[in-house]
Amino acid sequence: MKSILVLALLTVGSGLLVAQSAEIVKIGDLQKLIEKKSDKILVMNFWATWCAPCIKELPHFEQLTTSRNDVDVHLVSIDLDLDPNPDKVYRFIARKKLKSIVYLLDERDPNSWIDKIDNSWEGAIPATLVVNRETGKRKFVSKELKEGELEQLINSLK
Amino acid sequence: MNALKTILAMALLVGIIAATPEFKGYEVGDTASDFRLKNVDGKMVSLADYRDAKGYIVIFDCNTCPYSKAYNDRIIALNKKYASQGFPVLAINANDPDLSPGDSFEAMKSQAKRKNYDFPYLVDETQDVARTYGATNTPHVFVLDKVYEKTLKVVYIGAIDNNSRNASAATKKYVEDAVDALLQSKSVPTTKTKAIGCTIKWKNS
Repeated sequence: MKSILVLALLTVGSGLLVAQSAEIVKIGDLQKLIEKKSDKILVMNFWATWCAPCIKELPHFEQLTTSRNDVDVHLVSIDLDLDPNPDKVYRFIARKKLKSIVYLLDERDPNSWIDKIDNSWEGAIPATLVVNRETGKRKFVSKELKEGELEQLINSLK
Repeated sequence: MNALKTILAMALLVGIIAATPEFKGYEVGDTASDFRLKNVDGKMVSLADYRDAKGYIVIFDCNTCPYSKAYNDRIIALNKKYASQGFPVLAINANDPDLSPGDSFEAMKSQAKRKNYDFPYLVDETQDVARTYGATNTPHVFVLDKVYEKTLKVVYIGAIDNNSRNASAATKKYVEDAVDALLQSKSVPTTKTKAIGCTIKWKNS
């Protein structure tokens, strides 16, 4: 009986830890999101929990999610490239109370998929793709975005 | 009137400079330039110091990046395997220590000592070498072929292999394949690859 109680507590506890989860996806899923017809601008940010400049720019993306309904923000974690266990990312999402949608990209061979996001990308993160999915116009930047730069990128595609 | 002309000429010049596209670094096939950088032992090192080298494995690296950590033993192994065959490893850290304190010169010294580096670990304080080469990530490899005396050709740019997580699971060993090809006077099978990595921490300009 005692062990059942402990088990129940553990289950509740771990449930809380992974309260907000993130879907594990493949490169094909990201391509579908990019190509999906929508009147919303797509903002796709590539980041990882170990990447300090990524975490520094995260608030700009969160701000966008909460303040603009003409934009879809997708945060794509590439943590799985080095570490197969997604728990660190789940804990990060919970701790930071992230409101943007987070995906975990599960691909083993970066050289096979980096060009599918953008030819100019060398693979360094942070990196951000912005797409107007009505006109197909797109911008890609491989650097940390400062206050206001993200809005400029979006507005330049309007 | 002359002053006006000067101002106009200057304005034009500024316009030209501003319109010049940013230099993107080396592409495969380009001629690479030598550098002179300070090693962790305090001595200055140039590629030309290696008189008997057939080429070089230049790796932009650092202490702190999880990818640099994951590849550290593989970088050490590359030098063990290829230095004696004429392709020494030279590691260069270009990260701004103000932005990344764990990549300071002192931290580089401890890293080299702790891991018994038998190759130079050079600091690119001005970041000029990283910019000239077009390094963006760590680790980012440039394999150079010594075509003649001081003429160096870039023959490979990219990742060490295709599995960051696990060296033994890598099915493509890009750098080894490139150097093996050069040693057999064959053409390099894969000349450019991309990999996830940490961005080089550029000084705020």
